[in-house]
Order: sequence, then C-alpha cells, then structure tokens
Amino acid sequence: MSSALIDGLFVFMLAGFVGFEVIRRVSPLLHTPLMSLTNALDAIAVVGAIVLVGEHQTKLAFWLGFLAVISAMSNVVGGFLITDRMLKMFKTSRPTKP
Amino acid sequence: MNTAFAGNQIIIEFLYLVASALFILSLKWMSAPQTARHGVWAGEIGMVAAIVGTLLHHGIVDYRSIAIALVIGSGIGIPLGLVHMTAVPQRTALSHACGALCVTLVGTAEFYLRTPNVPRFTMAVLSLEVILGSLTFTGSLMAAGKLQEILPQRPLTYRGQNVVNLSLLAVAIAVAVDLMLHPGNRQVFPAMIAISLAFGVLMIVPIGGADMPTVISLLNSYAGLSAAAMGFVLESKLLIIAGALDGSSGFILSVIMSKAMNRSFTNVLFGAFGQVQASEAAGREEKTVRSATAEEAAGILAAANRVVVVPGYGMAVAQAQHKVRELYDALRKRGVEVRFAIHPVAGRMPGHMNVLLAEADIPYDQLAEMDDINGDFPQTDVALVIGANDVTNPSARTDQSSPIYGMPILDVDKARTVMVIKRSMSPGFAGIDNPLYYMDKTLMLFGDAKSFVNGIVHQLSGNTHS
Repeated sequence: MSSALIDGLFVFMLAGFVGFEVIRRVSPLLHTPLMSLTNALDAIAVVGAIVLVGEHQTKLAFWLGFLAVISAMSNVVGGFLITDRMLKMFKTSRPTKP
Repeated sequence: MNTAFAGNQIIIEFLYLVASALFILSLKWMSAPQTARHGVWAGEIGMVAAIVGTLLHHGIVDYRSIAIALVIGSGIGIPLGLVHMTAVPQRTALSHACGALCVTLVGTAEFYLRTPNVPRFTMAVLSLEVILGSLTFTGSLMAAGKLQEILPQRPLTYRGQNVVNLSLLAVAIAVAVDLMLHPGNRQVFPAMIAISLAFGVLMIVPIGGADMPTVISLLNSYAGLSAAAMGFVLESKLLIIAGALDGSSGFILSVIMSKAMNRSFTNVLFGAFGQVQASEAAGREEKTVRSATAEEAAGILAAANRVVVVPGYGMAVAQAQHKVRELYDALRKRGVEVRFAIHPVAGRMPGHMNVLLAEADIPYDQLAEMDDINGDFPQTDVALVIGANDVTNPSARTDQSSPIYGMPILDVDKARTVMVIKRSMSPGFAGIDNPLYYMDKTLMLFGDAKSFVNGIVHQLSGNTHS
C-alpha cells in the first residue's frame, strides 16, 4: 500500500464524517435541493475527464473522456441551475400580513 | 523546468483545496433556507476553481476539444435545469445517471491506459468505480423511466429474483478479483461492465413507484461512492472529498426514507425492496362512507379555527398546489389558522412536497414535519387530506396484519373532523384499504383535487359577499 493510498483513506474517512455531520443538520424542507446540489458537486468528476481529453493519449481515452466531460458538465450546469431555481421559491410568511 | 512545473502543481493543489473547502461550506449553508442560496454560489465558485485548476495541468495540450465538450455539456445541462418542479424526481434520477456515466467512462479509459501495470489496490478501486458506476447508470435510467411513466410503475417480480440478481453481482465481483490478480486481462473488463449494467436494470425492475424516494436516495449514494472510488484511482483528494460528501448525503437520505416507510436497514443497503405484499384477504365487506359537497366542506372549513392540510403526491399529479394556495389565502383571510403536514415520503423524492408547495408560494414556515405536527392533531378542527393515502392510514398503528404496520403516519384520525379529497374509493398504490375513510368523523370529498379545491375556494369567496 502506497502512502498516497493511506492519505486517500484518511481523507475519505474525514470527509465522510464531515458529510454526516453537515448533512444531518439540513432541514427536511430542503432535501430535494440538497440532492440536486450534491449531484452538481459530485460532477466534479469532470476534472478527471478533462485531463483525459486534454492529454489525448489514445483515441479511446480521448473519446471516452470527451463523452464523460459532456455528461458531467450537463450535471454541473443543470444541477446548480435547478437548485437555485428551487431555493428561490422558498419564502417565509410575508411580513405585510402579520 | 522543474521549478515551473512545481509552481503550477502548487497552484493546482491550492485551487483544489479551496474547492474542497467551498464544497463543504456549500452543504453547510444548505442547512437553512435563509443561507441555502449562498450554498449554491459557494458550490459554483468551487467548481470553477477546480476546473480552472485542472486546465493548468501540465500534460494538457488539446484545449479546443475540452472547450467543445464543456460547451456541449453545458448546452445539455441548461434544459435539464429548467424542468418543471413536478419533474424534478426524474431529472434527479437522470443526473445520477449522467454522473455515473462520467465515472464509468473515465474508469474505463484509465483501465485501458494503465493495463497491464495496475497495482492491486488501484485495480480494486477501479473495479469498484466501474461496477458502481455502471449499475448506477442503468439503475438510474430505469428509475427515471419509471418516474416519467415511460416504464410500467408496477413492480415486476418473479421467483428467484434475488438469487439471480445477487449471482450477477457475485460474477461481477469475481471478474473484478480476477482483474486484480491479472490486470493485463483486458478481455474480461468489458464483461464486468456488461454484467454491472445488466444488474442495474434488474435491481430496479422489482421496485414499485411508492419506493422511489428510497431508491433515488440510494442511487445518489452509489453515485457518490463511485466518484470517491475514482478519486482513489486518480489519487485526487478533491474527488474523494466530493464523493464522500455525496455518498454520505445519499446514505443519510435513504436511511431517513427507509425509516419513514418502516423498512429495515439491510433492506436499504442491498436495495432488495420488493413490493409490500398487498393483503388481498380481509373480506371486502361493504362499509359505508359519508360524502360531502364542496359547499358543505367550505362551510365546515370556514367555521374551523385550526386546519391542517395533508398533501400527497396525488395533489401534485392533479396540479392542485396553486388552488391549494388560494384555499390557504381564503381561509387565512377569515382568520383560520392553516398549516401543512408533510410526511417524509410525501412526493416522489425526499423533500419533493416542500418544493411543490414552495412553488405555489406557500410560505415554508407553515410547512410542518411529521414529528412536529402529530401532537397537534387532537386540537385540530379539520384535517384536509389531499391526494395522500397510506401515510394517513391508522392501521399502520393498530393492525399488526397490515403490510404497512409500524410505518410512522400522520395522526390525521385524531383531528375533530377529517376531510379526504379523493377520486374514488379505489385503494391506493400499495392496494391497502384505509379505515380512515370509514370513520364517523370522516367526510369523503369525491372528485379531482384541483377542481374540488377550486369549488371550495369559490364557496368561501362567495360567502364573504353575502
């Protein structure tokens, strides 16, 4: 086992705990936007795909990467867009009507 | 040469660090509606930082192709971000599929670039990435199809289904183990993908529409875990963090959903939902119900002090949420206190009902969670159930033979008067009879939710002039 792997496991463990603690506090009111937001964040996988396309090592890797960039990027744009649209709709009781 | 390279590398790692921090902040700000939109911005900035950092990567030569792919992807993303709110569950399932597709494709490319020199552990996580990615891809497509009602909603079950599914998964894992031992074995790699893709389809086939909130959450978790596995393959801490966050988010949501449906934890983990066996027995003797017209319902509502509306997915199907908002306004104008009781599995994905009501401009502070409002039902004059069924079924509390026994429900039956808007007396999705409808204090309002609520609103506004 390499040290990079051990580092990775530590990071995974810590991020998992942080995720648990942070997400446990999310109000059930916002569970749908939460899911579309995590979806958009998860599309960070696009960075791996970008490297494949940019390095152009083999034809196969290039085209697989190309498709991967498209599918991940659709998640990034679509995910952030719809999350923001949903959150904009959440309003509290209007102060004009006590 | 080395210094320039190192300088770039430091900038890249620093940008990734900033992105990771912003992702965590993004989720933290999602905890309350007041700060949630900051969360989106933080996520967006983090994403831009990460992409910019990646473009600085020293090996990248073909910027044009990257730009083309980014533009095409964004072009597809925009319509996916503009779907109607009722379609958000299938959109979410579709985006799980897109995320999983990306992970699978990258994993495949990495395998063929590196084989046969792949260390054992890397091959193990790469297999995990590709297996999880493929099954999430087809599974999410199936879920999206069921939610969009392109595919039949009814669960398809056959004898030995679990055995078939689990053996498929076992074969996929066996191939993965073989690849770990002989990473040069490139011929078997496509087999592993094909089996996982097939498993994804078969995993969703036996799952009915009512279980979709749990399934979507579970697929969310799988998608996150596959991205984290990809992070191990690429040795990218940013990916590991994002994957772990997404994985734990999906996991927490599936646990919440499974609790709300009284399903065991192992049921969630293995996705073996099956269908609640509808108890066909229980002689369907004719029981009488009381029904009422819109006029009578309006009279009772107008005389009430406290009303709790219990919306279910039927309300969204009938597109009645905007009419419900009018009803809310009309009753508030008369000084009636109106609140909304939201069961965790109301709607088709976690929190879906809240979004639908927020879209109709109903203030979120009037939306109450099950545990917060259940104690208030005995002091409630009227509980108005619109398009919800199983989540109000009192036999979940009392009848041990009921398939939904033990499922937490909204204690609607404790209100002084119960009104149920329903198309007909046909039982709900799970095919379970609801004793609530035969209680003396229950009034059945037969009709389409939208037009019936509209009728009540008309009566209420008409009466103000008389």
